[in-house]
Amino acid sequence: MTDLNSFLKSLLMIPGISGYESQVAHFLEDHWRPYTDDLSLSRLGSLHGLKRGSGPSPRPSVMLAAHMDQIGLLVTRIEAGFLHIDAIGGMDPRILPGQAVIVHGRQDLPGVVAMPPARLLPSGENDGTISMAHLLVDVGLSPAKVANLVQVGDLISFGGEPVELAGEYLCGHAVDNRASVAAVMICLQELQVRSHAWDVWALASVQEEINFAGAATSAFQLRPSLAVTVDTTFAKGPGADDWQTFPLGKGPTVGYGPNIHPALYQRFKDLADNLEIPCATEFLPKSSGTDGMSIQVTAEGIPNLVLGIPIRYMHTPVETVSLNDVRRAGRLLAEFIASLEEDFMCNLRWEN
Amino acid sequence: MQIKLLERLCNACAVSGDEGEVRQIVLAEVRPHADEVQVDALGNVLVTRRGRGRNRLRIMLDAHMDEVGFMLVAEEGDGLYRFELVGNIDVRYLPGKAVMVGKDHTPGVIGTGPVHLAGSDELKRKPALDSLRIDLGPGGRAKLGDWATFATQFRRVGPTLHSKAIDDRIGVASLIELLKTAPDHIDLLLAFSVQEEIGLRGAKVAGYRFDPDLAIAVDATPAHDLPRYDGQESAFYNTKLGQGPAIYVYNASTIDDPRLVEFLRQTAESEHIPYQVRQPGGGGTDAGAIQRGRAGIPVVSVSVPHRYSHSPVSLAYITDWKHTLTLMHEALMRITPALLGKA
Repeated sequence: MTDLNSFLKSLLMIPGISGYESQVAHFLEDHWRPYTDDLSLSRLGSLHGLKRGSGPSPRPSVMLAAHMDQIGLLVTRIEAGFLHIDAIGGMDPRILPGQAVIVHGRQDLPGVVAMPPARLLPSGENDGTISMAHLLVDVGLSPAKVANLVQVGDLISFGGEPVELAGEYLCGHAVDNRASVAAVMICLQELQVRSHAWDVWALASVQEEINFAGAATSAFQLRPSLAVTVDTTFAKGPGADDWQTFPLGKGPTVGYGPNIHPALYQRFKDLADNLEIPCATEFLPKSSGTDGMSIQVTAEGIPNLVLGIPIRYMHTPVETVSLNDVRRAGRLLAEFIASLEEDFMCNLRWEN
Repeated sequence: MQIKLLERLCNACAVSGDEGEVRQIVLAEVRPHADEVQVDALGNVLVTRRGRGRNRLRIMLDAHMDEVGFMLVAEEGDGLYRFELVGNIDVRYLPGKAVMVGKDHTPGVIGTGPVHLAGSDELKRKPALDSLRIDLGPGGRAKLGDWATFATQFRRVGPTLHSKAIDDRIGVASLIELLKTAPDHIDLLLAFSVQEEIGLRGAKVAGYRFDPDLAIAVDATPAHDLPRYDGQESAFYNTKLGQGPAIYVYNASTIDDPRLVEFLRQTAESEHIPYQVRQPGGGGTDAGAIQRGRAGIPVVSVSVPHRYSHSPVSLAYITDWKHTLTLMHEALMRITPALLGKA
């Protein structure tokens, strides 16, 4: 990794819509190799990187889970050279009109999401947000050309390039969750110069935006003693200002609630306090909506923690993250791992 | 035909009232070919290229330099700004788009609250403009009153151009090309006009200043040639991509001069240049403001069809632009005073 800004920017440029993450996995393989002892792909395509600890074998292990997939679109039907579309993952229909996209046909075709004029829509449909059923993707080619180059089922990803905003902020369409993948990368780098007793599994999981399939299956295969799920959370900003939102650029968040083992929460909070890394508590009264959901209930159960990186405008092509928050999250992960005593699991209790 | 020039023009930020960036490009391009270049009281660039001989027609061509966009009107701290729309933009085009602000093209974004936290009513409503912000990042600063526009970068993809502001940089680029090949039997008067998108203001005074025998507005007009929701053929396509320049006959601001309409059609047909007649209807061009200038000026509009006008990404066919240029060039070559009974 040269520097975080250029690493994350390159990571954001690689399309990795849920189910089709292999390009991202290959990119990460190259970047994780110097910092890991072993790399492998799961049966579903998640990337596992192992960094062995210094403790006596058999060692406990901690899994750092960050999903590498992103939401996107796909072609459902072709009509007169225009593409009808549907969503992969939790797409926000409000951001689609006028959006630059890339249709991954026989070749990559730049296009745009067309908002048909009112006269082409059923009456009433033009009053508010146009539903995805009425939006089209236009690649500006003749119907014959389109028929040659595009098929039903082809993927469509967002087309814009990452944007740097003043004060070390990066915007792009896969910040959820490549920001967390970058935090894991920073952690792996820090661990080069830190001793740690435990084995560390770095996991770049697939299909989080659909059904957590990658995290569930990798947790089963790797069977870590503990897991830390790293995912983006909601930053305060235009359109987001209630208790579920956190200041942008003011540190990561530590989840608290039924998806999180309370002793892990406490360890993280204490570490952050000692290191003076700002870190808000994110209350997750029911579910965290992250890979941690499936990891927690894998096999006989895995104690899990959720580390959040606040981003603005989640699930839009201009998701915005503070690079400092990514660095802090990475450092906190490394400090946590370095702090794990050989007998930590024996002391992981529910009530004292 | 200079696609590179069009690219520079389209990537410039020149919202109505702030046309300076395009004006500078235009001035540099036209000076070597013009007899006279003026920037008038409103900021129009007025270019004269005189012909030779007697009884020359004074022909005005108009293309507007401005584009729709935004103005920053209130600061909320942390790089967040409220903004107003300048020109007609559907607010549904705004959420989730990158923008550029001011003369330095400072990067910014317009986001929206996360879909995860939005109620189903909120997801169905048109976003309210006053709920949206231009976000320059917590370290970002701009001046209130700065203009902004979509940050889309021009690109050519095979036969198609993808860009913001094709309306009307394609007209601006056309006029620059036509100046270079202007015939000598006419006086060519070019108005690179301002503030078209907020009321045809520049063209009004440019028409007065030039006092031409006739004027042609060269603009971009929407092509609504998309499928209808029910699979029926659309009766309201306005224009279609790939069918050549759109000649106007009637719109909300003008009845185009029938002599000029017929002349353009005959020129196209005898030169085998594809063309289409824009469906009569709403909308308008600078021709509307020019026509009622002075004691009246015969006008017609010719537009390059493009899809998704006033949005972050418009599409146009290179062939349509080429045929527009050819039609305009041939028309200038063939035109005589007899057309207006001035033999």
